[in-house]
Parts: sequence; C-alpha cells; structure tokens
Amino acid sequence: MPELKAQDRRLRELINEKKQMRDPLMEVLHGAQGIYGYLPQEVLENVAESLHIPLSNVYGVVTFYDFFYLQPRGRHLIRVCTGTSCYAQGASKLLAMLEEELGIKLGETTSDGNFTLSTLMCSGACSLAPVFMIGEEIFGKMAEPGKIRQIIDKFRF
Amino acid sequence: MNFYRLQVLIGIDPSSLQAGAREIENTFQLEIARHKLQDEVNLLETGSLGYFGTGVAIMIYPGQITYVNLKKEDVPEIVTEHFLKGKPVKRLMLGQAFTSGYNFNYRRRIVLENSGLINPENIREYLGRGGYESWEKALLEMKPVQIVDIVKNSGLRGRGGAGFPTGLKWSFTQPLTVPQKYFVINADEGEPGTFKDRLIMEGDPHKLLEGLMISSYAVGATKAYIYIRGEYRLCINRLQKAIDQARELGLLGSNIFGTGFDLDIEIKIGAGAYVCGEETALIESMEGNRGQPRSKPPFPGVKGAWQKPTVVNNVETIANIPSIISHGADWFRSYGTESCPGTKVFTILGDVYMPGLCEVDMGTSLRTLIEEYGGGIRDDKKFKGALLGGAAGVFLSEKLLDVKMDFNSLKEYGAVLGSGAILVMNEDADMVDMLYAVIRFFRHESCGKCIPCSKGTQKLYRIISRIRYGEGSEEDLVSMIRLAQAMNISSFCALGQSLLMPIRSVIDNFRDEFLQKMDKKYKFSREAS
Repeated sequence: MPELKAQDRRLRELINEKKQMRDPLMEVLHGAQGIYGYLPQEVLENVAESLHIPLSNVYGVVTFYDFFYLQPRGRHLIRVCTGTSCYAQGASKLLAMLEEELGIKLGETTSDGNFTLSTLMCSGACSLAPVFMIGEEIFGKMAEPGKIRQIIDKFRF
Repeated sequence: MNFYRLQVLIGIDPSSLQAGAREIENTFQLEIARHKLQDEVNLLETGSLGYFGTGVAIMIYPGQITYVNLKKEDVPEIVTEHFLKGKPVKRLMLGQAFTSGYNFNYRRRIVLENSGLINPENIREYLGRGGYESWEKALLEMKPVQIVDIVKNSGLRGRGGAGFPTGLKWSFTQPLTVPQKYFVINADEGEPGTFKDRLIMEGDPHKLLEGLMISSYAVGATKAYIYIRGEYRLCINRLQKAIDQARELGLLGSNIFGTGFDLDIEIKIGAGAYVCGEETALIESMEGNRGQPRSKPPFPGVKGAWQKPTVVNNVETIANIPSIISHGADWFRSYGTESCPGTKVFTILGDVYMPGLCEVDMGTSLRTLIEEYGGGIRDDKKFKGALLGGAAGVFLSEKLLDVKMDFNSLKEYGAVLGSGAILVMNEDADMVDMLYAVIRFFRHESCGKCIPCSKGTQKLYRIISRIRYGEGSEEDLVSMIRLAQAMNISSFCALGQSLLMPIRSVIDNFRDEFLQKMDKKYKFSREAS
C-alpha cells in the first residue's frame, strides 16, 4: 500500500523535526493525528519507540485528552458545542437536529464514512451560540433545520 | 510610501468569516480597483472589531464610521457613495438597529487599545503605534527588580480568575538564582463562555508578546512558552507569525539590543482538557504528561516546569504590562477601583441584543454592562439572572444587578469575578437545566486524580438529573450543598473546590424553581409511607 508508506514517512519526518523540542510527545501526537486522521495502535507504538517513552505512558496521555482519537473518524468531524452559553441557547435541540439530518446518533459515523458526530465543551465562539464545528470551521446561530441542511450539504461529496 | 485618504479596516474573526468576510473583502478590492482608487483607499485586515452578531463589519477612518451586516451587493454602493463621493451610507451604519442605551463610543483602553485598529499580522503597524518601546525601555533602562516593583505598585491582579497580585507572584521567583527559569502564558481558555483571550491574541498578538518579553526579563526567565488550546487555530497562526517577525527584527533571540539577555518564545498546543487551566496541570501537560495537577507547595514559582522556577500568568494580565511600563503605576491606578486597579475585559453573552466583549474599568456595575455594553435584554423580556465567570462561577439574581464588578466587591456577596464571562438569562431560562449543564461539564472535565472531585461530580450529576426529570426532593438540595461543601474542603485543586459556588448560589437565589420541579407523586409517596 503506497499510501500508507507515504503517511509513515511523514510521521518519521515529523518525529525527527520535533525531537529537538523538550518533551515533544503532545506535539508529535497532534501532528500524527493530522497525518492519519486518528491514532492507530501501530502509530502509538512507533511514537513510543522513537521518543523512548513507555507505550503505557503514551496511551495514558492519548486517553486523557479529548482531542485525541483511537478510532477512525469520518472524513468530516462535526462537533456540537455544549458549553454553558450554547446550552442555554439550545445546543440540545441543535444536536437532535444534526442527529436527524445525518441519521446517526452522537458518537457514531455515517455509513459512507463522511461524517462523525461528536461534542465539545466550549469552542470559544460563545457570541454565536449555539455553535457547531465541522473540522476547524465554526458555524454559529444554528437554530433552523433548513440552515443546517444547507451547510451539511456543502460537505457531502 | 503611499498616503491614503481612507483607511478601511475589515474585521476577520470566526464569526465574520462565517458571514462571508472573505468574499466581501475580495469584492471591495475589485470595486476599489474598478474605480481606480487603489492609491487613495487602503483596505486592511484586522482582528474582530468587537461588534458581535452583526455579520461582516468594516470600520473606516477618518471618522470611525462602522458598517455592519454587509452583503456583497452593498459593496458597490459604499464604494461609489462613501469612498468616491464622501457620503456615508446611513442605511448600513451601526446603530440603526438599536434604540436602547447602547454605548457605541466607548474607548478601548489598555489591553484592547490596538485591537480592531491595526493589522495583527504586520509587526510594523504595532511598531507604528508605539509598540515594543516598553520592551526597549525595560531592557535598556530598568533593572528586573524595578519592573517587579512597578507592577507591584500598579496593583495589577491576575485576570485568569483568582485575582492574585501579579507583582507579588513575580517577587517569589525574581530573587532566585538558578541557571534556568521559565515564563508561561496560560492561554488555555477553557472556561465556557469566555473568549476574551482569543480576541486579545487575534486582534493584537504583539501586545501579548511584548508583555511576555518584559515579564520574562523581570523574573529572569530566558525561555517562555505560550500554552494555547488547540481549538484556537487562528490565534496559533497569528502568534507564530508574530514570534517569527519579532525574531527577525532582533526583539527576540540571543543578546537582545546588545544587552546580553537571551529570550526565546515557543508555542505549546493543548489538547482539550479544562483542568489544564490550573497552573500545575498546565505544566504537567507542557511536559507531555496527563494534565493532572501537582501538589502545592512547592509552588511553580519555585519548582515548576521541569522542576525549574516557573511563573504562569493569564493572557489578559500580561497584555497589561507594556502600558504599565510605558505610563507608570500611577497612571494604571487611575483606572478601576482602589483595591482592583485597571480595566477588565468582559464577555457578555446570552439573551442580550449585542453579545460581545468590552473593556471597562474594574468596578463597573453589572447593570451598566448589560444595558450599555450588551444593549439590554433581547425581545423586551425581563432579566432573570446571570451566570458570572463561566462554569466555575456564580448565579446572580436581580438583587445583585448593581453590585460592582471587581474582585473585592463581589467577594462580599460570596461571588467571584472569574474570567469575566457574563451569561445573561431572561425570564424564560430554566435554572435547574442550567445547573445541570454546569455539573455535567464538571463531571466530564474532572481529571480523576482525587476521589472527592471524581466521585463527587458523578454523584452530583445523578442528583441533578433526578431533579431535572422531576423526581427530586427537597432533601436533594441539602445533600447537593453538603456534598459540594465536602468537595470544596477536600478536593485536590480548584476544579473540585469551585463547584460549590454555582450550586450554592443557584439554590439560594432560585430555590422556588427547584421546588417547582419536584414531582408531586414523589412527595405523596413519601408522606404515605
């Protein structure tokens, strides 16, 4: 599989670059997730070995932070903000609307592998509440199903 | 160099980008070129202009004319009428939509003085507004201990929530003679409802850098880190750019200004853990570990990152430093109150006309903030309460609308200023549901290090869920407060300790609402048995 090899090569370059830093584990994990989309076991083993850190420590760090994923995700990660401000402005309704629009429940991935639905605790865009993110992009003031469909459609193929 | 007749600033931030700021910027460029105005009109990108919920906004100098809610179709009209003929387009100007006492003309003061005025991605614009002069003054003319004294005399207190005197914090680390000290900026702004640090960093990244340089020199740190949350992609990019530009001009690096002082700044990216806002947990996370707090003492000021003395300060705190150095401690004391000098950046959210941020004197009343800066309660509804300081905050009722917003005044009422988030709720708000949201947040973010917090938040979550579904009893309220009190005494860090504040304040102020939710059936069965 030539594609996998390219990814592995990029991981190697990343590790070599970040090795200069002091305690670069978090930076390497951020980068690795950027390359693979999630953190497969082989990658964790590879990182642990290259940085001379016990695999158990690497696993401990990965599972502590919300940002890291051990399971593959859809092409687009949709995260609904459930911080207090969004909650007060109807984040639960927004989540229900997204669940209906995508036909999946929270935490699941659509069968075509395009979307994963997740939540986050605060996106820091509280003046736009309620908010959801697709990848790095923020969509705010989301109260109508029509508007949500429009946005989701842009991210379908 | 060109002298432009008009400066047009377009605010680029997540909310305006979503409203199509890029497309409008391009249209402006095309229209300006079509009318051959390139040499007269200068179009610049800047951070947020501070008007929220108003789509794409631009500000035009001279005159400080602000257009809001711009659509692509409006651009030709603005260009021909305003830029060419000099007649502002009234229809699109800010202020047409609101009639309440909204304060349009407040001055940006210390922290946000440049935000929305300069292009944050160009160091020369910051230099043009007197930027890095304080850094030069500090490094060439002042001794570290002098800087610590000025900051002490200014009365600056930490803006992250606890309000610890900044100068005092530095004075623990400054006299230590060790080969390596660190300075860390806490930009892990995880408090729900707070985004002041994001706007400071997006709008004026060099201000933070200059403050950080002076602070590092004051405590003798030769390496500084900015620990920033991963969600703030735009901040990370702009800060990295700013660091590179500063390094290029020799404001950072080795032997700065020929003084022999070395300093480098590095960005560390967080991974979405609320507890990492706690300074020792932040340090753990910086070292590449699980972000769980350490026991204190030793305090980070003595033994912090990699066991070296480390000072951790909030973004807003450090953004105050350049102005304090250039204008002096007395000038700083002319703002705010006796015990809490200076200004504070608040984020006003929820059921108000103009959710957004403002920088006001410490001690401004909650009523003024909501009415003048938030534009009043939306849709002619009545004010019911406000959640102050994010999740680890307090619920205030109408009774406290006139309380002064500073660390000491609020403390008298058992409240805290926290991070400066104000979530305004109207008469329709369900307080039980709000408390549920707060507790659920804490349950999720409890790091699992100590039992009182990890088990306590789970137990509280079960109780509040029960009440929310109408199956609670009055005893549940008592046990929630008792449990939170126990957590307050015995939890390892501030995360578990602070849950008492929202729980006690919401039950004290809105007890009736909780009682209404209690199920009649439940009460009946209890009486029968």
